Amino acid sequence: MKTITNAIPNRTGKPRRTLRSMRRQTPFYLMMAPGLIFVAILFYIPMVGVIIAFKDYNARDGILGSPWMDPLFKNFEFFFKSDAARSVTFNTLFYNVIQAVAVTLCALALAILLNEVKHKFVSATYKGSILLPTFLSWIVIQFILFSLLSVDRGIVNSMISENGGETIYWYSEPSYWRYILPIAYIWKNVGYYSVLYVAAIAGINTDYYEAAQLDGASKWQRIKHITLPLLQPTIIVLSLLWVGKLFNGGLGDWNGFYTLPNDAGALYSATDVIDTLVFRSLKKVNDYGMASAIGLYQAVVGFFLVLISNYIIKKKDPDSALF
Amino acid sequence: MLLRKLHFSKLVIHLTFIAMSLACILPLLLVVSISFTDERSLMLDGYRFWPKEFSTAAYQYVFSGAGSILNAYAVTISVTVVGTLLHLLITSMLSYSLTRPEVTHRKALTFFVYLPVLFNGGLVPQYILLTRILHLKDTIWVLIIVYLVSTVNILIMKNFFRTIPDSLIESARIDGSGEIRTFFRIALPLSKPSLATIGLFVAIAYWNDWMTASLYIESQNLRPLQYLLQSLMNNIGYLQSNAQASQSMEAAIGMLPSEGARMATCVLAIGPIILLYPLLQKYFEKGLTIGAVKE
Repeated sequence: MKTITNAIPNRTGKPRRTLRSMRRQTPFYLMMAPGLIFVAILFYIPMVGVIIAFKDYNARDGILGSPWMDPLFKNFEFFFKSDAARSVTFNTLFYNVIQAVAVTLCALALAILLNEVKHKFVSATYKGSILLPTFLSWIVIQFILFSLLSVDRGIVNSMISENGGETIYWYSEPSYWRYILPIAYIWKNVGYYSVLYVAAIAGINTDYYEAAQLDGASKWQRIKHITLPLLQPTIIVLSLLWVGKLFNGGLGDWNGFYTLPNDAGALYSATDVIDTLVFRSLKKVNDYGMASAIGLYQAVVGFFLVLISNYIIKKKDPDSALF
Repeated sequence: MLLRKLHFSKLVIHLTFIAMSLACILPLLLVVSISFTDERSLMLDGYRFWPKEFSTAAYQYVFSGAGSILNAYAVTISVTVVGTLLHLLITSMLSYSLTRPEVTHRKALTFFVYLPVLFNGGLVPQYILLTRILHLKDTIWVLIIVYLVSTVNILIMKNFFRTIPDSLIESARIDGSGEIRTFFRIALPLSKPSLATIGLFVAIAYWNDWMTASLYIESQNLRPLQYLLQSLMNNIGYLQSNAQASQSMEAAIGMLPSEGARMATCVLAIGPIILLYPLLQKYFEKGLTIGAVKE
C-alpha cells in the first residue's frame, strides 16, 4: 500500500493527529513493535514483579495471587539481620571502587604510552594482545586461574615448591581473594578501556600538540596540560557510569565473583557480592522471598546511584548525561 | 641505526607492553599446553607452559565422548547466530523509528525505552517471568530472549541514525519508496559499521553466557558450551574445596573427565574467538570511532 501521502513532507514540522499523519506513522510503529514489546516484557513486567519481595510467594497462586507477607518487611528483616547483609554490601562497594579506580588509572597510563608507539604494526599487536582477555568468558578465566593456582598442580605452587617454599592453599584462604579478584578484573578489562582511551586521544586536535611543541613544551608537559585535561570528560563519564552500574548487576560483570573462587563456601566472606548472593539464593536454596528482597534492595540503591552519577555528569559535561 | 633510535623511554614503553602482552597471552597458552599434555605427565609434573609429553588423547576423548561437545557447539552457535541477528534487526528498526520526526510520540516512547536503565526488576522477577509466565524453561528460546534488547545498544544506534541526512530519506520517499523499504534499502546499509560493532558485542555476550543456561536449562542436549565447561569445573571445585581430602579422592577421579579433557573443552570453547580475533579487533576499534566514545 504505497500511497502518495507518504511523499508529502510535513510543512509545519509538528504533525497533527490527523488520519493522514496516523497513516504515515503506521510503518514506523510496525517496525518499532517487536522492540517495544520485548522492552515491555523483559524490563517492565519484572519491574512490577518486585512486589514478590513483600509476598509469601508460592508457584500455585503466582505473583499477584500470593498472600502478602505478615509483617510486610519480613523478607527484608531476615536479610538485614543476617551477617551476610553487611559483608555483601561492603564487598560490592569495596571491589567496585577499587576496580573502577585501578582500571581507569592503568588504562589511562597504558593508553598514553600506547599513543607513543608510532609503528602501526607494533601498536596493533600490543593492542591485540591486551584486548584478548576482554573477549573471554568468566568461566574460561576460571579455568585459567585454576591452572595457575590449583593446589597440587598449579604453576604458581610448582614454582613456589621448586624454590623450597610452602604450598599455598589459594582456594581455602579468603584474604588472598581481596587481591586475586581485583587483579583478575583489571586483567580482563584494562585492554578494553586502554583501547577506548587511545581512540579518545586520537580524537584530540593535533594542532594543540604542534603549538605546544613550538613553545618548547616537553612530552610530559604536553601529556599533563593537553591530553589529560581533554580526556577528562571521557574519564568522568566512564568512571561515573561504572559507579552507577555498581549496584545494577554491572552488565553481568559480577560473574567473576561467582566463578573464579569456584563458589567455595570458605571464601564467601571475601568473595560474596550482592549479585552472587541473589543468584545463589535463587539457584541453590530456591528462596524466592529473600532473593527478591535482596534484589530490590540492590535495585533501589542502584537507582539512587544512577541518579547521583547522572547529576554529577550533568554538572561536569551536560552533553554526556543520560537524561 | 635502529639501536640509536631506541631511546631509553622508548625502551621502557616497549618493555611495559611486552610484559603486558605476555601477561595476557601466557595464561591462555598454559591452558592450551595442559590440553596437549599426556595425562600421566600432568599427574607427575603438574601444569607446564610447554607439554613435557605431547599427546592429543584429550581431544580424542572429548570428540569421542557421546557427542556432547559437538552438541554444545551446535547449541551455542545457533543461539549466537539467531540471537545476534534478531537483536540487530529489532534494535535497528526500533532506534531508526525513534529518530524519525514523523513519529508523534517518539519522545514518550524513547523515555519508555530508557527508563529501565534506572530501575531494574532483578533476577527473581525475571526468573518467574521466564519460567511461570512465558514457560520458556528448558527451551532454546530462553537462551536467546534474555539478550534480545539492550537499552545501551538502542541508544548507540539511535545516535547513529540521527547522523543520516534527512535529504537522503526524503529523496527515497519522493522516488516512491515506502518507509519500510527505505529503511532496509537506505538506512540499514549505511549503518553497517555500527551494526558490525554492536553485533560483535552481542555475539560475544551470547557466546560467553553461562548464567542463563545454569538457571533455566536442565536437558543435557540443550547445554551450551560455557555451561558444559561450568559443570566440568564444578566437579573440580568440589574436590578443591576439600583440598586436604582430595589426595585420597584422586582414585575416585576416574569417573570424571580427565584434567586434560577439561582443558581441551576450554580450548575448544575459546577456539572460534581466537580464529575470528583479527576481525573482532578490527571492528571493535572501528566501533570506537563511530560514537561509542561519546556515550
